[in-house]
Amino acid sequence: MDIKAKIVDEEGLNRTITRLAHEILERNKGSRNIVLIGMRTRGEYIANRIKSKIKEIENYEPDFGILDVTLYRDDFRTRLKQPEVSVTNITFDINEKDVILIDDVLYTGRTVRAALDAIMDLGRPSTIQLCVLVDRGHRELPIKADFVGKNIPTSINEEIRVRLKEIDGEDAIYLVNVPNKN
Amino acid sequence: MALSSRHLLGLYGVPKEDIQLILDTATTFREVLERPIKKVPTLQGKTIVNLFYENSTRTRISFELAQKRLSADTINFSTSTSSTKKGETFKDTVRNIEAMKVDMIVVRHQSAGVPQFLTRITKANIINAGDGLHEHPTQGLLDMYSIREKFGTLKGLNVCIVGDIAHSRVAMSNIFGLKTMGANVSVCGPTTMIPMGIESLGVKVLHNIDKAIANNDVLNVLRIQLERDAGRRIPSTREYHNYFGITSDRIEKNNKNIVILHPGPINRGVELSSEVADGPYQIILDQVTNGVAIRMAVLYLLGTMVN
Repeated sequence: MDIKAKIVDEEGLNRTITRLAHEILERNKGSRNIVLIGMRTRGEYIANRIKSKIKEIENYEPDFGILDVTLYRDDFRTRLKQPEVSVTNITFDINEKDVILIDDVLYTGRTVRAALDAIMDLGRPSTIQLCVLVDRGHRELPIKADFVGKNIPTSINEEIRVRLKEIDGEDAIYLVNVPNKN
Repeated sequence: MALSSRHLLGLYGVPKEDIQLILDTATTFREVLERPIKKVPTLQGKTIVNLFYENSTRTRISFELAQKRLSADTINFSTSTSSTKKGETFKDTVRNIEAMKVDMIVVRHQSAGVPQFLTRITKANIINAGDGLHEHPTQGLLDMYSIREKFGTLKGLNVCIVGDIAHSRVAMSNIFGLKTMGANVSVCGPTTMIPMGIESLGVKVLHNIDKAIANNDVLNVLRIQLERDAGRRIPSTREYHNYFGITSDRIEKNNKNIVILHPGPINRGVELSSEVADGPYQIILDQVTNGVAIRMAVLYLLGTMVN
């Protein structure tokens, strides 16, 4: 990993997640009608942390589920590797709920498009709101996040790496260089 | 992760990692089958032909449902309504179908080796849905999935396949797959139904059904296939039932923890008593549900493979 800069450290990440939790509660006037859905892999852990924050703030735990969007992707024909699917785990009813869709990095918007289709197949929520830890720009679809942890403008040859203790052993956000894709 | 072959012709020689990947992927589709909308757009734009030269209800419906739930376009072909009746050769039929641009072919045929032959004459991915007395890999996989769902693992489990082993492609796929996954496999049936030399596949041969029930975790009970001349190998179905039929009495006497599988269709009162077929020890209808998930997994893994 060719690191260009460490943009957020452990404390910073914690503060950002705390703020996101507050913003979600403020916008939705409390926690009673919201459900949290994290997108595999890292969105799942961020969603779980936001759930804990909401519990601390409101003393109420919203329903929490995990979404795998592999089956809804649009890039099966162009990818070099076959993506691995895993299980969507949403055991509650999402009809008439305010769904907070949570992911780590918002980039082209194509994963979010897939997630929207996947959620629609599970029911008809009253709203879907998008919460991302990092918005790095370069959208290819008309999609915008409702809650953003950090806006980090990037060039096309850079990437954002969100690392989380649950799977990566540390809490941090890095800006890294990637070799020219062509 | 991707499968090591672009066809599924049998479970013989399929590496452990591939079987593991198919079973794990099926778990994803099992979840899709529980949703209010049981459909995902994954194979949109793919065309799949179901080429069935032999009768089938379960397998055919199961494959068709799996394809529809993955949003593929499907065409069904059956010999009774096709130009095969006019004398067209198998090869010509297949070449013509391929010329209409199909991506995958699911084939069932009375002759062993037809799926293998198809891989040589077409570019499509081939899935074997049963060929002669050779193999029926998706049945083997769904049996393994159902057993794994029940026990959490296949390794070290004692599984006995009961019935006409010599004329069963289901038995072959089960033996190959289960052995690869580390299960202890045995077969049980009258001598006339056990192929000579089957021990060389690493399976034990039993002739006493009470002992088979007592010493195994799972019995996979095969159908006595009267249409395949089973009557010439046993005096009567009644006698078969007396010696090898699974009854509640036998289960309660020998092993109440036994799990009974059956690939269907059941001959009630022959290989299983009606009481067992509907009773608490069997997982026959789970097998059917899991069959759709397994076929979705195979179609997904082959259909989205990067060539």
